[in-house]
Amino acid sequence: MSNSFLEIIDVTKRFGDILALDRVNLKIEKSEIFSLLGSSGCGKSTLLRIIAGFEKPDQGKILLEGNDITNLPPYIRPLNIMFQNYALFPHLNVTNNIKFGLKEESFSKQEINNRVNEILNLLELNGLEERKVNEISGGQQQRVALARCLVKKPKLLLLDEPLAALDKQLRIQTQFELVNLQNKLGITFIIVTHDQEEAISLSDRMAIMQNGEILQVGNPVEIYEKPKNTYIANFIGTANIFHILNKDNQIIIEELNYEIKNINNNKNFHKCLIRPEKINIKKIENQSDNSNVGIVKEVAYLGSYTKYLIEVNGIQFYSFMQNSLVSDNLQIKWDDKVEFKFNDSSIFLFND
Amino acid sequence: MIRYLKKQNFWFVFTPYFWLVLFFFIPLALIFKISISVSEWGMPPYRDLFSLSEEGFKIDSTLSNYLFIFSDPFYIRSYLNSLSLAFTSTILCLLIGYPIAFYVAKSQANIRIILLVLLIIPFWTSFLLRVYAWKVLLQGSGIINSILIHLGFITEPISMLHNHYAVILGVVYTYLPFMILPLYGYLVKFDLNLIDAANDLGAKPINTFLKVILPLSLPGIIAGSMLVFIPVVGEFVIPEMLGGSDKLYFGKIIWDEFFVNRDWPVASALAMSGIVILVFPIVIFQLMYAKYNFKNE
Repeated sequence: MSNSFLEIIDVTKRFGDILALDRVNLKIEKSEIFSLLGSSGCGKSTLLRIIAGFEKPDQGKILLEGNDITNLPPYIRPLNIMFQNYALFPHLNVTNNIKFGLKEESFSKQEINNRVNEILNLLELNGLEERKVNEISGGQQQRVALARCLVKKPKLLLLDEPLAALDKQLRIQTQFELVNLQNKLGITFIIVTHDQEEAISLSDRMAIMQNGEILQVGNPVEIYEKPKNTYIANFIGTANIFHILNKDNQIIIEELNYEIKNINNNKNFHKCLIRPEKINIKKIENQSDNSNVGIVKEVAYLGSYTKYLIEVNGIQFYSFMQNSLVSDNLQIKWDDKVEFKFNDSSIFLFND
Repeated sequence: MIRYLKKQNFWFVFTPYFWLVLFFFIPLALIFKISISVSEWGMPPYRDLFSLSEEGFKIDSTLSNYLFIFSDPFYIRSYLNSLSLAFTSTILCLLIGYPIAFYVAKSQANIRIILLVLLIIPFWTSFLLRVYAWKVLLQGSGIINSILIHLGFITEPISMLHNHYAVILGVVYTYLPFMILPLYGYLVKFDLNLIDAANDLGAKPINTFLKVILPLSLPGIIAGSMLVFIPVVGEFVIPEMLGGSDKLYFGKIIWDEFFVNRDWPVASALAMSGIVILVFPIVIFQLMYAKYNFKNE
């Protein structure tokens, strides 16, 4: 008997010929922010809809605090969902949208009003009570949608692409607000998103999904630094993937003709990952006998850092350099010869 | 405002008004004119409203036609019969049409088109033929009676035709698409997430329907109901073909006054009264509707 807050056990779902979820197993702990991350069609939304109760799995079970909720209709489940388009009721004003869920339970008028006022304060919606939901801004609509769920004090809040409809500036601000809110309330959040940056910055833990399967579960650092395969490595951030050559007890990065020395693991690896920010480059003026030399093919100045595309032996990879000095970005230019350097400990090996 | 309109814009804006004047106000004015004329033998069977003779210009008008129809309970009863027929059939069309419209609106796009075509196909056959087909189905030697006799449920054919139930059946059958199409128009725009959201917030299906789906489809319900109610009040053909002598309807009475009694002024007075009485609920409906739409802008 495990004591996970939410357990998804062998959940399988088909839509016609399409296998939307293939024996998905997942354990989510109380009070964590858990993200389901994947490109569109990976099954993350289907999984969310199954947890919410809008879809029934073909096989498998959903346990919430040890209770089987697989066959409970959505209106009985002690959880709420915030929709990507918010799904606010257009015929009701802000207050009545928030009250909607409370009226379905047997609360006194007093209790309902107290709760609504509390949530209006919490989400800074005061002054908008009587407004129609299509008369308020996107950010305000998002907060009304959140308020409508949170006022019910759910055990679990599901958020379907909660920030997708906001513009970039507001998105970053709202990210922090969401995390603060979650810390304050202690409600478990499950967030579905296709935005890897959003997932990394919001989540305590995350699951990467592809083709109805969960590829990897872990905290953002594990997933970024130690992705299970090249798909995940490429999906999260920018990845330089190289091939590994194993010969005569030597482990060599084939493309760079570079021998990895400080490595004690002698399993048969085929590929390796070096994140661009872990590769340092330095401009070299004259001919050097150093073998780690490449040519800059592209330079993209992005303010806080600069992206360089380096070409070596016909292959290309990225190096990201912090612009910590004003002069940094002036040093290296298109077609410059550069020496690149990385630590052996920043190389992550795969066997896929 | 007109000052700012260019010439081509003028025609563009006012074409509908010319249309209305030509095909609605002028005929209506003519009917009104006949309704206050004095009836007499001849062709046309009423005295000219205005006459210019040696005695000078003379207006020969009377309100007696209106007084006559409002003093005879026969006319009022037929009007009430028509209102009750319209009311009953509107409710029935709504009850039958709403689930159909909802189902069509929520079907997959490719199936939706097939269902819509199926709804519209009956319009390709003449309305008269379709009503006549019901006559054939319902008559004593018709298919329904034959089947029932064959199956042994009855021994003698039951008379299903020539009563007001047959009229209601015919009206509901004929006007159902006029209820379904506007309802469909509103329901197809309905965001299904709202149903999920209501469910998720704890509303049982019945409450979801009453608190979310129904209020949001109210404009469609009003539009569909008006499209059924208004023409049914004046419906003449269906009561004529399927109805009997148990109930007389307004449309039939107007027909009889025109073509049987050849009392055009009384027939016109009936038609005018019918319009005036109907205008009130329509205006109220429209105001409600406008207010509702305004609230949801």
